[in-house]
Parts: sequence; structure tokens; C-alpha cells
Amino acid sequence: MSDKKKNWPLWEVFVRSKNGLEHRHFGSLHAADEEMALENARDVYTRRSEGVSIWVVESKHIKASNPDENGEMFEPAADKVYRHPTFYDLPDEVKHM
Amino acid sequence: MSEQEVKNLEEMFEQKIARDEKIEPKDWMPEKYRKTHIRQISQHAHSEIVGMLPEGNWITRAPSLRRKVALLAKVQDEAGHGLYLYSACETLGISRDELYDQLHSGKAKYSSIFNYPTITWADMGAIGWLVDGAAIINQVPLCNTSFGPYARAMVRVCKEESFHQRQGYEIMLTLCRGTEEQKQMAQDSLNRWWWPSLMMFGPTDAESTHTEQSMKWKLKRKTNDELRQQFIDQTVPQAEILGLTIPDDDLKWNEETGQYDFGKINWDEFWQVVKGHGPCNKERLQTRVDAWENGEWVRDAAMAYSEKQAAKKVQKAS
Repeated sequence: MSDKKKNWPLWEVFVRSKNGLEHRHFGSLHAADEEMALENARDVYTRRSEGVSIWVVESKHIKASNPDENGEMFEPAADKVYRHPTFYDLPDEVKHM
Repeated sequence: MSEQEVKNLEEMFEQKIARDEKIEPKDWMPEKYRKTHIRQISQHAHSEIVGMLPEGNWITRAPSLRRKVALLAKVQDEAGHGLYLYSACETLGISRDELYDQLHSGKAKYSSIFNYPTITWADMGAIGWLVDGAAIINQVPLCNTSFGPYARAMVRVCKEESFHQRQGYEIMLTLCRGTEEQKQMAQDSLNRWWWPSLMMFGPTDAESTHTEQSMKWKLKRKTNDELRQQFIDQTVPQAEILGLTIPDDDLKWNEETGQYDFGKINWDEFWQVVKGHGPCNKERLQTRVDAWENGEWVRDAAMAYSEKQAAKKVQKAS
């Protein structure tokens, strides 16, 4: 083993609570490898049958957007009202649309 | 950043919280907010972890299989709650190792209630009923606190906590409906846990230093004294159902205020235990440190195994 001691890395845990729903971020935990991360995730986050499927991913593999740059990141969508159905004027007589 | 810029940011930050918006880990936050949250969330996590010890003491001696599986599940939940909270705390930029170091070196605090001994089986009942009952009152408002990861962890904790209190009360109820000796055991346990449970809400409002700031950040929604009163008002009728007497001669219903008046809390005892001179401070910390140190080879072995497996995979692929 290397002389500098390595700690168990951090993993992010995503749980699908039932079929038909998406996996949702539940939290994180430390584990030595992906098998252990899955087993620990089961014990920590699904002790009361909260899930039917678990994903784990090592936290370092997640690239997150920076909230300080939310302007540049998300503003382009702000002035595109024509992407919403309410932008279009139709007479009240038109039904089912 | 200039002083003025920081001030503007701080103002916007406070407004955001006032609007009930959540703060997420990567958002800008004042250094004091970060530090206060690291302190509070880690203390909370440490309390869950140390909180396993007084009850772990009775797992092997539970009086029936039903009681044993319930107690085991409760202690497992506490480990889980500690883990939710540690990982919420880590999003603020402190490592798990640093957090453990602070606990093991005695630098970080945990709830003083766990420095009292559990000398009879009835203590498992009294802890669930009173200690978890007080914890729930402290924790429910935190489900709406301003820091997102903490609030989300607390929602999960609170959902799980209610069984803890119910199983404790059931133990008390069974003892109180049993033999005279069993009822006596329950009364003795209430006598020992009542006052320390009241102390769990912290110093009186006049003495509490963090209250104002904590209210602003929604780390607190009610003051220590308000929460304590709420606990007493809801617990006294529960003691009556058990047929037990609360060990406070000054306790009586106040028709005018619609609340119970109660006697003086021994704050000297409270500060003694906080400062490390409670009946079990040394033992609890030592047990925790031993568990950590004796488990070191397991953690190292798991890491070495994972590195070996990874190396094997690379070899196969090439």
C-alpha cells in the first residue's frame, strides 16, 4: 500500500423509489469500492423499503454547474417566451387545443 | 472582494433566507454561516453516533425477541441518522476525517444526555419516550431550515424518529402494567431521566448566546424555553396515563397561562456535564475512539482490496 493513507472515497447515491419514477439523489456516503457503495447505500438509505433500484457514482465524477454563473448559464432561456403555449393567441371558440 | 461587495452579498443572502429560499452547498454564503452550520450539523451527527452507546448496552439483554429487534432497529437508525448528517456536513467543505477528529479529540460536542448511564431495562423505555421525544421537538422545525442538505436530512430523520418514541413509551407502558417492582423500575428511570431531558433544550433564553442569529437563519424557529415548555406540556399527560409521578414538586397546571409551571432546573449540573464531568463522558468517548481505532485494519483492508481489484481490471483490459 502507498505510504500516504487513502481514505474511502465519497459516493453519491440515487434511488428509484418505485418503478415508473426517476432515480432521485438521496445523499452520499463513503465506501472503498462500488460494490460496497451499493451495499452501504442499501443499508443507509433504504432501511424501510424506500427503493427498488440504486445508482451510486463516485462524487469526483460529477461536474456541477457553478451557481455564481447562473446568469450566463440559464438566462438564454428567459427571453424565449415563444417556447410556451400561452404565447400564442387563439380565439376562445377554439376548443381542445 | 471589497468590504462593500461582501456586505451587498450578505444582504442578498439574508433576503434569500427571509423569502424561504434554500441555500445549497455551492451557493455563496457568509463564512459565519458556513462555520455555524458545520458546528451544528456535526454536533448533531456526533450525537446520533454517541447516542448508540447507551442503548447498545442493552441489546444483548433485551427481555424478549420483539424488544431486541426493535432496539436493534432503533440503534441502526441512529447510525443511519449520523451518516445522513455527516454527509450533509461534508457538503460545506469539511472532510469526514476532520469531523471524526474533532469528536475523538474532544474538541466537538455532542448532546450531554448521552453522558448519563443506562442502568436498568426501564432506561430503554425512558430514553425512547423522553429523550427521543425531546429530540423530535428540537428536530421537527429543522425540516424547514435554510440549508438544503440539512433540511432534507432532517425530513428523513424525523420520519424515522417517531417509531423510536413509540417503542420507548410501549416499554414504559408494559412495565407500568406489570408487577409493583416493574412499575417501580419505570418510576426510578423517569426520576433519573426527567431533568436531563429538560436540559436537552439548552440554556434558558436569557443565557443562550446564539439564538438571535440562529432564528434569522432558521436554524431555530422557537426559543429553547418555548420548546422546553412544549415538551413539558405534552409529556405530563403521558406520564399520567402511565400512572407515574414526574419528579418535580413545583410542577402544576397554570389555569391562566394554559401551561404547566415547573421547578428550577439545576444548571450547574448541566454545565458540569457539558464541560466533561458527567457520569459517563470519559467512557463514551473512549468507547467511540476504541471502535474507530480497532476498526482501522478493516478500513485499510477494504481499501487495499479495492485497489487490487482495480489493478486486476486494468491488467485484464490491456
